[in-house]
Amino acid sequence: MPKQTIAVAMSGGVDSSTVAAMLRAEGHEVVGLTMQLWNQRRLAGHAGMPETSQGRCCSIDDVYDARRVAETIGIPYYVVNHEDRFERDVVRPFVQEYLSGRTPIPCSLCNNHLKFDQLLIVAQQIGADSLATGHYARVEFDQARGRWLLKRPADTSKDQTYFLFGLTQEQLSRTLFPLGDMTKPEVRELAKKHGLALAEKPDSQEICFVPGGDYKNFIDAYLAEEGESLPDTAGELVTTDGKVMGEHDGIHNFTVGQRKGLGVATGSPLYVIQIKGDARQVVVGNQEDLYTPTLRAHRINLISVDDLSQPMRVTVKIRHRHEAAPATLEKSGDNEVLVTFDQPQRAVTPGQAAVFYDGDVVVGGGWIA
Amino acid sequence: MRRVYFDNNATTPVLPEIFEAMRPYFSEHFGNASSIHHHGQETRAAVERARESVADLFGCRSAEVVFTSGGTEGDNLAIFGLAVAGDHVITSTVEHHAVLNACKRLESMGCEVTYIPVDGRGLVDPADVKRALRPNTKLITIMMANNETGILQPVEEIGAIATEADVYFHTDGVQAAGKVPLDVKKIGCDLLSISGHKMYAQQGIGALYVRKGTLLQPMLYGGSHERSRRAGTENVPAIVGLGKASELAKAGLENGEVAKIAAMRDQIERTVLDSIEATGVNGDGAPRVPNTTNIYFDYIEGEALVIALDLKGLAVSTGAACSSGAIEPSHVLTAMGMRPDRARASLRFSLGKQNTPEDVDFALSLIPETVNRLRELSPVYNRTAASI
Repeated sequence: MPKQTIAVAMSGGVDSSTVAAMLRAEGHEVVGLTMQLWNQRRLAGHAGMPETSQGRCCSIDDVYDARRVAETIGIPYYVVNHEDRFERDVVRPFVQEYLSGRTPIPCSLCNNHLKFDQLLIVAQQIGADSLATGHYARVEFDQARGRWLLKRPADTSKDQTYFLFGLTQEQLSRTLFPLGDMTKPEVRELAKKHGLALAEKPDSQEICFVPGGDYKNFIDAYLAEEGESLPDTAGELVTTDGKVMGEHDGIHNFTVGQRKGLGVATGSPLYVIQIKGDARQVVVGNQEDLYTPTLRAHRINLISVDDLSQPMRVTVKIRHRHEAAPATLEKSGDNEVLVTFDQPQRAVTPGQAAVFYDGDVVVGGGWIA
Repeated sequence: MRRVYFDNNATTPVLPEIFEAMRPYFSEHFGNASSIHHHGQETRAAVERARESVADLFGCRSAEVVFTSGGTEGDNLAIFGLAVAGDHVITSTVEHHAVLNACKRLESMGCEVTYIPVDGRGLVDPADVKRALRPNTKLITIMMANNETGILQPVEEIGAIATEADVYFHTDGVQAAGKVPLDVKKIGCDLLSISGHKMYAQQGIGALYVRKGTLLQPMLYGGSHERSRRAGTENVPAIVGLGKASELAKAGLENGEVAKIAAMRDQIERTVLDSIEATGVNGDGAPRVPNTTNIYFDYIEGEALVIALDLKGLAVSTGAACSSGAIEPSHVLTAMGMRPDRARASLRFSLGKQNTPEDVDFALSLIPETVNRLRELSPVYNRTAASI
């Protein structure tokens, strides 16, 4: 790669830190950027939330780590504030989706609206040719198709393409995923080689702005802090054939596939099959009721193709930890597709993304309706 | 890379002559100023000479000068040294956080605080201060010059109101020292805080003027240093530096040094406004200190402009940095009624004695092209341009 000016999105974790060190060692002009997205102190002490600020998102410790890495490898480093956009485009929709009976993925929203939008703009504005991140994914230009492709990484156990399906051609053309050909142990090894103190830092897993992963407490605390009351979404627990089994205290407390905490006892295990937001009903049923042969996805972003004029054979992932399942993909409306699986899939969950693959290549994706 | 520093309101370099004045007080004259022997006498004399220099800058007697660790401590000592539960305190919405957050703490301690708003130029109306007075008003604390905009508040009029009402008046003079005269008699204040590192002394030293007879409750207890108003062994080298800085500050107002800085500031302002569309000076029309200009560049994120300029060698600032180092929207510009997007599009240029006309040329060679680049990549600017 010819020498470039590259902005690196640095989270203070081992992956993005290693990316910065690698690119610097290759002789590029590297600028480290960290997004300040959420003020951990905001909800501290609100109902059900810890008294002191917690959570990984923009914690001072992570900024401290990123700053130390920047200093170690000798690059300029800046923290940029995108709290307003994060609240508008990630936190608000996250809360709204739960209150509407869907199960959101804030990481995809953050990638679409913050990392590869706002931060990429800042990167360009400060003179960087491209933005590099520590995602495990690959991006390459396909001459034949004349399109930028998003592909699964070498380390499939770390595959993050599911969260990146929303990237546009323009965004992909300015994005670098230098870890795409490496495994996590190799990354840690390289971090050590570059003298980065955080080589052994554990991976982050939870939603960064929800301390301890308790999204219900987060929603309560967020609405209280905003001076809004939690809408009453309590209603009935019903069976798949409409029989009322009992009551529930709010649809946002449920996720499709959930087994525990239903508050009803029957002989066989019961699962949440569907959440009917408008009727405030939570539909429960048996394990086999969880399996569905089709799904509709909307707000589609296509990557490897520019159109879906013909039905297409693909594999489809319906959640991050789902093994992509063979299916046929066809256009079913304006900005909407129908996915017909070869085998019915368990717990298709509205609000999650459906991401379509052709082998290792991401065809595109959309939001499960 | 050539680097030019236009962020002197954040901190100033220690001037060589100030550093030289301090140098003997590290290893050569190292005594504890409270010691009775020769070594202590040497440093005691140095501390008291410095106190006289600071007193001369304030226009007060040297017994009325208390050395502190800086502006924040001076502000806190003035505020917590006077106000007790049940008291009423008057301040403004554009104060430095050293005053604002101290006042918030007062509220949680059982004091009442009135925050006087400012007009579109950033000015407090003294009539508002007068109207806010209550029988239990103990203290008025309103700054001389604002750190972000350089706007000078009508402190003499406020001082007259305080005197008439027999209420203590503290003014944060941190951003005024060395830029405008600090005449405590003329201002009519009882307390005035300054900070060394905004006037070419080192970080971690400051002074508070405390008018004779002001019953100030100390915050630090220990020995009888600083006439029992601030315990702790004197930081002699820093105090000597502040003394020298005070002499130079006073001289600079008379020998044309400050006027030169004003001319450079004016040139930046004029050139930017003439050569870049959709720009303007925040607080235009209000009296300002001579080294500061706060300019809005519509349609851009000030944060990105600061980074882009820094990468090219020009250091300026926007807003106030929070604990992570990210920029938070300026409470000062917001208090002036400015739209949030314009507040975020604003940059502060603050010049200092070390700056040269070549520095100004360098800055002016970078700013227009950088602003244009940012605007070309700004979704807001492109939408606006498309709609015209």
